[in-house]
Amino acid sequence: MTLQFNTETFRDDYSFHNSQRAIDRFPFPFHEDSYMYAVNMERHQGGPADSVYEKRFDVDEHYVAEMADRAKVLDDDPLRCQSLPHMTLAGWDLLELIMVSKSEEYPDFFELHREGREWYWINKPLGIEDHFTFMDDTTLPYGPMEYITRQTQGDFCVLDQREDNLWMDAGMVTTQADWSLDFDIGMNFFEWHAPVPLAHEKGIFKRALKFLLNIQQGAPARRLNWTMTVNPLLDTSPENYHKWGIQKTTLTSENIGAKQHLRVELQTFFRLPRSNALVFPIRCYLMSFQDIVSKPKWGRRLNRVVRDLPEELAAYKGFIANRPLMLDYLSQFDDGLPTSFGVWPDEHITPTLQR
Amino acid sequence: MSTFEFPPSIRSRPVYCVLQARPGKAHLMIADAEGAEALIDLALRAPELMAKAHVIYIPKATDFGAALKALNPAQYYEGPSYSAAVSRIKRVFLDASMGLQIYLSGTEGLMGQALSEAMQAGYDHTAIQTEHRGSLARRMQCVHCKGITEDVSNDPFQCSHCGLNLFVRDHYSRRLAAFQGVCIDAEEPGNVPPSKELYS
Repeated sequence: MTLQFNTETFRDDYSFHNSQRAIDRFPFPFHEDSYMYAVNMERHQGGPADSVYEKRFDVDEHYVAEMADRAKVLDDDPLRCQSLPHMTLAGWDLLELIMVSKSEEYPDFFELHREGREWYWINKPLGIEDHFTFMDDTTLPYGPMEYITRQTQGDFCVLDQREDNLWMDAGMVTTQADWSLDFDIGMNFFEWHAPVPLAHEKGIFKRALKFLLNIQQGAPARRLNWTMTVNPLLDTSPENYHKWGIQKTTLTSENIGAKQHLRVELQTFFRLPRSNALVFPIRCYLMSFQDIVSKPKWGRRLNRVVRDLPEELAAYKGFIANRPLMLDYLSQFDDGLPTSFGVWPDEHITPTLQR
Repeated sequence: MSTFEFPPSIRSRPVYCVLQARPGKAHLMIADAEGAEALIDLALRAPELMAKAHVIYIPKATDFGAALKALNPAQYYEGPSYSAAVSRIKRVFLDASMGLQIYLSGTEGLMGQALSEAMQAGYDHTAIQTEHRGSLARRMQCVHCKGITEDVSNDPFQCSHCGLNLFVRDHYSRRLAAFQGVCIDAEEPGNVPPSKELYS
């Protein structure tokens, strides 16, 4: 595999862009023409070749730029990465999982050489080479969780498991859909999801928790979640909401295709071997409306989902004010023809737009 | 009447009960303002607790000190503010042995902060009793500057640190002992609705 890393930004001039390959492999989250919460878990044991599901930790063209953005967020606000004292062992578990996975799945980019506890890690895209002693915190420049998640796309929640619950006791959170690790750290599964409308009443969280408590080593799971973001801004944090919220008001019928992004989270869940913690990576993929509608099936479907979404969900996901503008744009790409079941673009069987 | 029935809310928001006497080697009771009334009610139902009780009381602008003292707790302390009392509270948790029962009553801010101290000392929050009395004001953390504003009784309110206009969420952090305040006019600067008293 050859992969060119983009030179791009997720702030200020927003030079972020998706190549044709990135558009083709975008994890479009809607398998039918409507959306409601569901647990929607499946095994995370590979997927179609070159899809975002293929590897345990997908590395794509945005890798280097995303890591630079993360470093900037952490410089501005170190509280985005926190680990309660009892979570250090889980941090080493996570470091091992990621280093082993990446060196096996991307040998051209990452190498891990182990001699007992003496480890040598090479990260070529970021130009990092470090010798360290596994499980010895003093041999790394950061704690183990922070060290490895500064080199891995996606946010990471490391969940302690006790009292039949999961506790948000450590995390690296810089690309979040408007929630605060600093506020939520130490909460249990129901508490940190407390602000989510409708899903508690539907029993979603009870069922999801039951599933997650039973995830076994070597049998990770995954699901998708989604929201909307104006501009390809990774750091849509509550901490900075007073700065970025205003950007939502800059949409016009002329710029919406380029500015409005569908934000998809590939959420995965891995049991960690020594700590019995659960790591919950939340990987964010952004795609502009104009790139989405380049796939006729996705254009038709996105119009229908946005149009029919319950008010509470549109409000919670933060786009209720912009929904009319979105529909003015998207409806141009919906000719009413039926769509095929499933998330894939199905270009070989999908008719082009009938105007 | 100093009691209030809170409407149902989200799962992170604390819920309070009525203090019940529980068997224990020692009883630590921390209250502020009208919280004294909950301790007085508890002592009426279970006077035997008081000989093993340490009462820590912050009167704020109320006048229950004499009545509390008249319950003859083994130890009685009255402090001018929570921050003045907190070093004593930490010390009591440090010295506590197995079998300590903890009773908290009064405002949400007082109970939340004392509970957070107890958790840091290793107590399970579910083993600590809390009874709300008196003011409905909240202890709020500004999610933007992280500053805490005490005794917030109106929504929206102005952050006492950074000056942003914040709305009062029910989302609550036990660790911070605070509710979350979020900028209300981020998408339309200056458009701040009139402030209303909480639960009015």
